[in-house]
Amino acid sequence: MGAFHSNPAEQTYRDLAEKTGFSVEQIWILHNRFKQLSHDEEMLRRDDFKAIPDLACNPIRSQIIEAFFDQRNFQTNSDGTAHEIGFEEFLTVMSYFRPPSLNMTQEEKEDLRRAKLRFLFNMHDTDNDGTITLEEYRHVVEELLSRSGAIGQETAKGITDAAMLEVASTSVGHMGPDDVYEGITFEHFLKILKGIEIESRMHIRFLNMDTTVLCK
Amino acid sequence: MTSRAMTLAGLFLLLLTPGTGGSQVPGTDGAGDHGGPHGLDGHGANATNKAFPVLSFDYKHVQMPFEISLWVLLASLMKLGFHLIPRLSSIVPESCLLIVVGLLVGGLIRVVGEDPPILGSQLFFLCLLPPIILDAGYFLPIRPFTENVGTILMFAVVGTLWNAFFVGGLLYGVCQLEGTHLGRVDLMACLLFGSIISAVDPVAVLAVFEEIHINELLHILVFGESLLNDAVTVVLYHLFEEFAAAGGVTIKDVFLGIVCFLVVALGGILVGAIYGVLAAFTSRFTSHTRVIEPLFVFLYSYMAYLSAEVFHLSGIMALIACGAVMRPYVEANISHKSHTTIKYFLKMWSSVSETLIFIFLGVSTVAGQHHWNWTFVICTVILCLVARVLGVVGLTFMINKFRIVKLTTKDQFIIAYGGLRGAIAFSLGYLLDKVHFPMRDMFLTAIITVIFFTVFVQGMTIRPLVDLLAVKKKQETKRSINEEIHTQFLDHLLTGIEDICGHYGHHHWKDKLNRFNKKYVKKCLIAGERSKEPQLIAFYHKMEMKQAIELVESGGGVKIPSAMPSTVSMQNIQPKKPTERALPQLSKSREEEIRKILRTNLQKTRQRLRSYNRHTLVADPYEDGWNDMFLKRRRVMELGKKISELNNYLTVPAPAPDSPTMARARLASEFQPLYIKPKSDSIPTIQVDLASPQSPDSVNMVDEFNKPSKPTEAEEEEGLMMKAPSSSADQKERKRDKEDGVEQQRLARCLSDPGPSAEDDEDEPFLP
Repeated sequence: MGAFHSNPAEQTYRDLAEKTGFSVEQIWILHNRFKQLSHDEEMLRRDDFKAIPDLACNPIRSQIIEAFFDQRNFQTNSDGTAHEIGFEEFLTVMSYFRPPSLNMTQEEKEDLRRAKLRFLFNMHDTDNDGTITLEEYRHVVEELLSRSGAIGQETAKGITDAAMLEVASTSVGHMGPDDVYEGITFEHFLKILKGIEIESRMHIRFLNMDTTVLCK
Repeated sequence: MTSRAMTLAGLFLLLLTPGTGGSQVPGTDGAGDHGGPHGLDGHGANATNKAFPVLSFDYKHVQMPFEISLWVLLASLMKLGFHLIPRLSSIVPESCLLIVVGLLVGGLIRVVGEDPPILGSQLFFLCLLPPIILDAGYFLPIRPFTENVGTILMFAVVGTLWNAFFVGGLLYGVCQLEGTHLGRVDLMACLLFGSIISAVDPVAVLAVFEEIHINELLHILVFGESLLNDAVTVVLYHLFEEFAAAGGVTIKDVFLGIVCFLVVALGGILVGAIYGVLAAFTSRFTSHTRVIEPLFVFLYSYMAYLSAEVFHLSGIMALIACGAVMRPYVEANISHKSHTTIKYFLKMWSSVSETLIFIFLGVSTVAGQHHWNWTFVICTVILCLVARVLGVVGLTFMINKFRIVKLTTKDQFIIAYGGLRGAIAFSLGYLLDKVHFPMRDMFLTAIITVIFFTVFVQGMTIRPLVDLLAVKKKQETKRSINEEIHTQFLDHLLTGIEDICGHYGHHHWKDKLNRFNKKYVKKCLIAGERSKEPQLIAFYHKMEMKQAIELVESGGGVKIPSAMPSTVSMQNIQPKKPTERALPQLSKSREEEIRKILRTNLQKTRQRLRSYNRHTLVADPYEDGWNDMFLKRRRVMELGKKISELNNYLTVPAPAPDSPTMARARLASEFQPLYIKPKSDSIPTIQVDLASPQSPDSVNMVDEFNKPSKPTEAEEEEGLMMKAPSSSADQKERKRDKEDGVEQQRLARCLSDPGPSAEDDEDEPFLP
């Protein structure tokens, strides 16, 4: 990218780069986008997200927006939801979508994987009790099928039940007829999604984001 | 005319005098020589009464079809034989064995004194190659292919070009050396030879890679490359052929060559896509003539291939495009029987084709005239190898900058090592005009040597090398519903994030394409309600069906399918209800009730026996039972609460009867044989009638078991394993009471044959 004049912002960029792992250029581009979305304000609100036209036809739109305001994703050991977020939080949430770099050790890859799956888990676990209950999972599936009308809603229940059954079977194995499976814990969640290579699939190519494209 | 009459008269006469006769040729028009005079002789004043030929030998009449059939039979028997010797097929890949057989057969024919046939280019390109390519294209795994299409194209286009020029150029240099006596071979001829020999062959790659089961990524990379480099090969071949004939080459020609390449590739794809859409559209209306559905698929694809060949476009790419485009829509429209037919026929034809190709390669080696030139041949082999390795390494270095999942050295080795040459190179060489290319025989010899080397040496050693290098093998695990949910979820999530970033990336366009497909294309090309079914539901229904079938096969009864070996069941998941206590096990009275209910149900769904007639193959039950299905569904809904008591199984609402997933799942289940075990009285057994729903035999049996019973409210136990939707007797799954051994035998007899193991991932929808 072109040369950006050095200003106090640059120092903050460098700090952010260290914290989130983005390059300074990428942070600069994202900052431009942030300013565009928030109409040059300091903080971003939910309405700003809802104003993005392309997002309107996404079935899980509300969940994505909530994820940005979920304090569990800010890596600050707090929870609850925020009303508005600053650029740093925006960047932190975005950093969950970085691809793995070439020279990562196996451990680092594992950590990255856990972090991404934790993000997904937080998206599902809306009441923050550490487990995804049947109701919450059902809500997820219903949202996914929300564009499919009545057929979707009927089968959502069946699909959820089958999915929970599968998790319970693979994670717990044997349960007596009186035991109740409370919900999917994070460890179970990791286990059932072992087949998907999250670290390589859950990423956005930040490589060539053109600023001209961002103007909408 | 008169000679005919005379022949007939003569025949009548000769009937009276038995004995051996000369060879009569009844029915031939120009029979003046044979039939007439003989008849005349026999009838006329000839004293020697020629006996009527009870047995005559007339080979010329059937020679062509007979020999073709003999060859195909030989190929099939060979294939059979190899698999009877297990040790052999695990060491030596099938392709090698077949070439050896071809050599033997060719040698045999030579010894006998005949001229062994050569693999003619016409025969090869028009008859033997299309089935293999169609099979590959129709069952191409779309998702891995589109994810890696950039890499594949790089290898196919740039890699092949590099190979062609490297080999051709250096060979020319070698030819120019003193002492090789190859001075006649000019640059154009060398480059032409380079372009022929440089293309990786899909047939050979398929033959070898099928047996080693490497991971999906490598498989699709090498295989995709072998398919897509056809365009490059076609262009280069024609280009250099023209140049060699014309003499010189200018910049304009080079430029035209590039344009030609684009036209060939894109034109081929366009032709294929058009035919694919036509086929999909036609299949929308075939609901009344199910018998010829597979024929449409084959015909349209073949026409696509031939049409592309007319314009010298890339026939292979047309075929692939046609198969890939039509598949999702055709599968949603056709009956499951047609689907099975298509699958079986494609596999059969491609298998036979492949076998024949390799055998013929062996025979052609013996048959052809060879001109062995040590320098040329050895240099060719070495240069091919070197070019391949350099090309792969260089390209991977560049590609890895853009890939997320980088290609490791091991991957590169396998890709380089998997670049096998095959019969396409041979046929292209065979097509060369002897007049323009006097060194054709030398070329052919070199081509055959390279083919032999790659197939034998590389083909045989790749399996131990794969094991040695511990290359990741194909994952045999089935997709779980959770993975499917999350794959979809991720797709939408990433699209959303891209939109937030304002970045029109990969996911954004894919999402747009999906929405376009759903909104417009599916409505046009898919008949009826099936056009609206979302993919997650499709997957889910398919999975249900498979589980249901598995449950039945495991002996039925109140068991959870073996796929989930645990005692977890629905009651563990549902939050504890304060009211009624859930029953842990079906009580005997319950079972009686269930049995009673089902019996009454069955009685209401009689169906007439229809005779089997080519023209009136029993229609799809979906159409017939539509209304009944609606009624049933409503009743089922009402029963929902009652069923939840019996929550030993998944509670599953019935899938829509005409959902393509039912069809697909049926297909998957069709291959599993049904094992009948003797049942005890107490357990309600689930017997799945895997005979096609349309088979009259199965229907008959159902009727036989109907005992008069009280007409209770026709209820279906929704909770007890997945029930089929339609009301008519031809439901796939049903709980029945079968203690009778006779019925069991009858049931066994009307099962469809268990076919080859069903592959799970073939039925992946388009753009998942």
